[in-house]
Amino acid sequence: MLYNEPSPLEVKVVTKRFGLPNSASLDTYLATDGFKAFFKAAGMTPEQIIEEVKVSALRGRGGAGFPTGLKWSFVPRTSPKPKYVIVNADESEPGTCKDRLLMENDPHQLIEGILIAGRAVDAHKGYIYIRGEYRYLIEHMDRAIAEAYARGYLGKNIQGTGFDFDVYTHSGAGAYECGEETALLDSIEGKRGIPRMKPPFPAVVGAWQSPTLLNNVETLCAIPAIIRDGGAAFAALGTPKNGGTRMICLSGHVNKPGVYELPVGFNLLRMIYEVGGGLPNGKKLKAVVPGGSSCPLLKADECDIAMDFDTLAKAKSMLGSGGTVILNEDTCMVKFALRIMKFYAHESCGWCIPCREGTAWLKKMLDRFHSGLGQKSDIPLIGELSKNMLGRTFCPLGDAAAMPTIAIVEKFPEDFEAHLNGNPCPYAHANEPAYA
Amino acid sequence: MSDLINLTIDGKPVQAAPGTLVINAARQAGIEIPSFCYYDGFTLQAACRMCLVEVEKTPKLQVGCTLPVAEGMVVRTDTPQVHEARKGMVEFLLTNHPLDCPVCDKGGECELQDMTFRYGMGESRFLEQKLHVDEQQWSPVVFYDRPRCILCYRCVRVCDEGMGVKALGVNNRGAVSVIVPNHFDHLQCDECGMCIDICPVGALTSGAYRYKTRPWEMKHVGTICTHCADGCKTTLGVRNNQIIRGNNRDHSGINGEFLCMKGRYAFDFVHSPERLQSPLLRRNGVLEPVSWAEALAAVAGKFKQIQARGGKFAVIGSNHTTNEEDFYLQSFAREVLGTNNIDHRRTGDVATLLHALSGQTDALATTADLYERKAILVIASDLAQQHPFLSYQIRANYRHHGAHIYTLTPGPVREQNYAVRSIITVPGRELADLEALREPLKGEPELVILFGDSIKGEAVGKLVQFGSSLAIPVRYVCLVDYSNSRGASDMGLAPNHGPGYQPVSEPGLAYDEILAAADLDALWVVGANPLKHGTLASAGAFVLVNDMFLTETAQRADVVFPAASAYEKNGTVTNVCGEVQHLKGGLQVMGAKPDLEIIGLIAREMGANVGIWSSDKVFEEIHSGVRGYNIPLPVIATGGAAQTTPVHVRVPVSARPELIQSARDTLFTSGSLGRYSKALNSVLEAPGELYSEKRP
Amino acid sequence: MTFSPELEARFAKLLESYPPGRTRSAVVPMLLYAQDEVGHISTELIEEVARRCKVAPLQVDEVVGYYSMLHRKPLGQHHVQVCTNISCLLRGGEELYEHASQALGVGNKEVTADGQFSLEEVECIGACSWAPAIQVNYDFHHFVTPEKLDRLIAELRKAQ
Repeated sequence: MLYNEPSPLEVKVVTKRFGLPNSASLDTYLATDGFKAFFKAAGMTPEQIIEEVKVSALRGRGGAGFPTGLKWSFVPRTSPKPKYVIVNADESEPGTCKDRLLMENDPHQLIEGILIAGRAVDAHKGYIYIRGEYRYLIEHMDRAIAEAYARGYLGKNIQGTGFDFDVYTHSGAGAYECGEETALLDSIEGKRGIPRMKPPFPAVVGAWQSPTLLNNVETLCAIPAIIRDGGAAFAALGTPKNGGTRMICLSGHVNKPGVYELPVGFNLLRMIYEVGGGLPNGKKLKAVVPGGSSCPLLKADECDIAMDFDTLAKAKSMLGSGGTVILNEDTCMVKFALRIMKFYAHESCGWCIPCREGTAWLKKMLDRFHSGLGQKSDIPLIGELSKNMLGRTFCPLGDAAAMPTIAIVEKFPEDFEAHLNGNPCPYAHANEPAYA
Repeated sequence: MSDLINLTIDGKPVQAAPGTLVINAARQAGIEIPSFCYYDGFTLQAACRMCLVEVEKTPKLQVGCTLPVAEGMVVRTDTPQVHEARKGMVEFLLTNHPLDCPVCDKGGECELQDMTFRYGMGESRFLEQKLHVDEQQWSPVVFYDRPRCILCYRCVRVCDEGMGVKALGVNNRGAVSVIVPNHFDHLQCDECGMCIDICPVGALTSGAYRYKTRPWEMKHVGTICTHCADGCKTTLGVRNNQIIRGNNRDHSGINGEFLCMKGRYAFDFVHSPERLQSPLLRRNGVLEPVSWAEALAAVAGKFKQIQARGGKFAVIGSNHTTNEEDFYLQSFAREVLGTNNIDHRRTGDVATLLHALSGQTDALATTADLYERKAILVIASDLAQQHPFLSYQIRANYRHHGAHIYTLTPGPVREQNYAVRSIITVPGRELADLEALREPLKGEPELVILFGDSIKGEAVGKLVQFGSSLAIPVRYVCLVDYSNSRGASDMGLAPNHGPGYQPVSEPGLAYDEILAAADLDALWVVGANPLKHGTLASAGAFVLVNDMFLTETAQRADVVFPAASAYEKNGTVTNVCGEVQHLKGGLQVMGAKPDLEIIGLIAREMGANVGIWSSDKVFEEIHSGVRGYNIPLPVIATGGAAQTTPVHVRVPVSARPELIQSARDTLFTSGSLGRYSKALNSVLEAPGELYSEKRP
Repeated sequence: MTFSPELEARFAKLLESYPPGRTRSAVVPMLLYAQDEVGHISTELIEEVARRCKVAPLQVDEVVGYYSMLHRKPLGQHHVQVCTNISCLLRGGEELYEHASQALGVGNKEVTADGQFSLEEVECIGACSWAPAIQVNYDFHHFVTPEKLDRLIAELRKAQ
């Protein structure tokens, strides 16, 4: 089982079984409160379940941070059409590696979360859309699902509650865009992962033209605890309107990279220095990507900040998907911007003009710039072109490419200046050595 | 009109029906919101982002092509922010778009050029290398130049939604996304070229047109396609007396944006090296080119000689000649030659339908009805092959209005893909099998029935009885094959009736009887090829042929006059739904003359008077004298289509209905004419097949 | 085309997992699983998947070009995928990729002459906290150093 040394500062809710012997087995799960929430939910009305989730102030853990209870309430439960629960396990936001751990260490927690969601929206089928690269997790989840069926925790009349539910896994095949929920729907229907026009929203017209509840893995993994211990207890862990805990994936220039479950609203500097053990080799902090590559970077002096959705929004950044990447003073921000743009250009689905052409142009320009062939007018142009994408693309991928780029150009002009006049990258080969 | 929604666009108060998109509400108010991917009638894409507008109380720019109007909405299209956005979009588009406008077919007609001119920034800030991919040929008529493609997906949608073919898709992703054909490196489809017409840039180009001319060097002549009976408007691009292109320039015809392969590419027979350009006279058993004077003298002399001895004449007319020519020809036959031995190759039983509908009003469907009526029943025809425009209308009706489609055909047809009920039948059993549809059809509010050639004679009457018994409004279309098959019937190219289905006192010989008669003295064939399959029993008959080509029939002739094609003359034609439209000549082919003129010259040479042989004059006569043709003239004169009215008198039902037979042309054949079109014969799909299981 | 009984069983299960009439949903996983067995996605495979999922080959072809894990050309037996995205970049992912390229003697998306190895620079594979990371086929390797990579390549070579 993949997991890192826990930090004493962690508040273990969704990760509480991490590290237990056979944590992925149904026996372990049952021995540690497993399915208690499901039985409780079986005695609740859908309205009560949704209300409990609303009280928990749980917000979507995939990146957008939409209030989960509200999302559940949008699904027309009384629709005569079949309803579906789809789990977004297409984790691919650079910097993010938490859903992988949740599925690997505690698959039954996810299954229980799906069952409760299904009960809340009157769905009887659930699909876990797992990115193709996580093949071992598809097999792993399939084994857990088989175990749950064998023991009557999936299938017909689950544990005598009269509730029927089936869960399937579905493999992606390499496309970041499919993490966008409507693109995911096209993908699960066997098509190119092109985002759909909204409205209608997936809650009303989702997979196979039917009402569909789409949630991130971590979001659903929080559900059993919320139902079991009450929404209020979960909410109390975080800050107002930002309930519970968050799995933070610390990576980059930090001594103890790893995935840590911390209360929402945890201070970023404490995260870096107290949880992550600070930067290696005594280097100074230069910047932080707070929640995955789409989020505008914070400069070192902006990092004394509470990591919740609203506070980061005020700082013109985002909490995103919990991918917190630490950059030391030797990091070339031009190179970093280039790598981000290279990613978005590679992953743009190509549907709309500004994202398709904008990411490709910016990638080429940043590449040229980083190689020393930049000119002064390129610097404002990078920002302008990013702004020409911002808010004008079909789906948020264009924004995701534009936002960090705009932030980097604005916050680190000196790194750009340093590459002018044919100068080689001043930071060449400054990256930290790989871990032994 | 209280149900209209009030909004403001650029300070102008605008009213629009609920559900109207902002882009259309603005257009109604005379305010242009630019777009590439938005195309009326096809699914929304919101991909090109050219139509971004400001909407009060929403922070982000909104997409005008997907945003429905709302009460009190305040839209601004003329703000710095909107201008910046458009400029930015055009700039993005031009990054990888090659600026090869000087050699691009689309130059001068290109929407990207126009958008750049109006909304672009005039200089390029793109210093990087453009993506390049080599041009691909997908079929003899479709080429794809990826770098020019702006990925608006119009082609994909017109092929899927419009044509029901789904031959185009999108592959790869991001900046290297690409449109792809359905067979990996080539297309197998209808070859309609709709994708080319609808392409806003020069990404999809036409095999027939590419690199031939600049659009402004051509004269654009809107006329009616001379192939099938649907009567589509095609705009001929003519330069130096040569047709370079057929397309759908202004979408002003009944066919809107539609054209099939024939309307778009099969004009090329006009310039076939096999075109006859001089009269031919048989001397010593050999057809030799002679002067018009010599040929006319020979024909007039022969005709007068036969007339003088009371000999027997027969005339076979055409499915392609104009109403005026047909009217004039039958006048000549009946008045000068004194014979009712006149017919044409009949491909549908129009006369019996008109007879059966006598007394009913509103019982003949227009092409527009196929798009508007709530239910459609197709009997015994593979519309997508035989009547591609009618098929297109029905598909659009299904798509836009959810029309209920029923099919009763001898094999699979495209309409089945969206029909509520489909029955496979065998010819002759249609009426019996139709009973299975009686109950569902009774539940429809209205119906259009289209029927093919296996419904003829008595069966037509029974079909109309069936229609009447449904107790709902029913309109009919009797399917016929060619561009003026309907006109030939209406104008009286028939042994038992004259123009407007006036009965004749002594019916003459029908088509096969003419060929079978052993005692003909003279046979005049105008624009037809009866000897392609049949033989002429009267071995000694003098045979005169008007034709464009030396067909099997022309080869048997004693005199051949080189006829002009439909694209070389004026006149009117009547389509399968009885809609009369104006033909406009776009060019002249040296040596050939319109049949009207040829007939007139023969009459003059014989000293006979059949009236002035100008198409306008003859049309006046048709308009005033032929039942059903008292149609509004301004509509015709302005390039519109006016439907003929039914004839509420006893119509002599078809003589020998068993002769009625469709030639079963496909999308890639067109009777004898089709043989002379290189384009039609060049495509992989030719000659095609009706009721084929094979899908593109 | 014929596949192993295991793959056939997987296909059967896959086709059953979607709502009735929604066999198209199986296209992407079916392509991926089939590629794992037959090595790459050929025209023949596209037509086979189209037939099994009851769609036009074009609809399958469109998908193949979209997903980055689907390959039209054969890969090496061991497909070495080096992540160079931000978290790995900061931990020497690019240097690792360069090293892999030199060690294997091939560039991005190229295959060694003996067909044993292929190399690809990939986007984030979800191993950010254990960077730099690579995947060989579907197996993750975390905290990879050039030395570890050399050892891994040598082991894989030996296992042949």
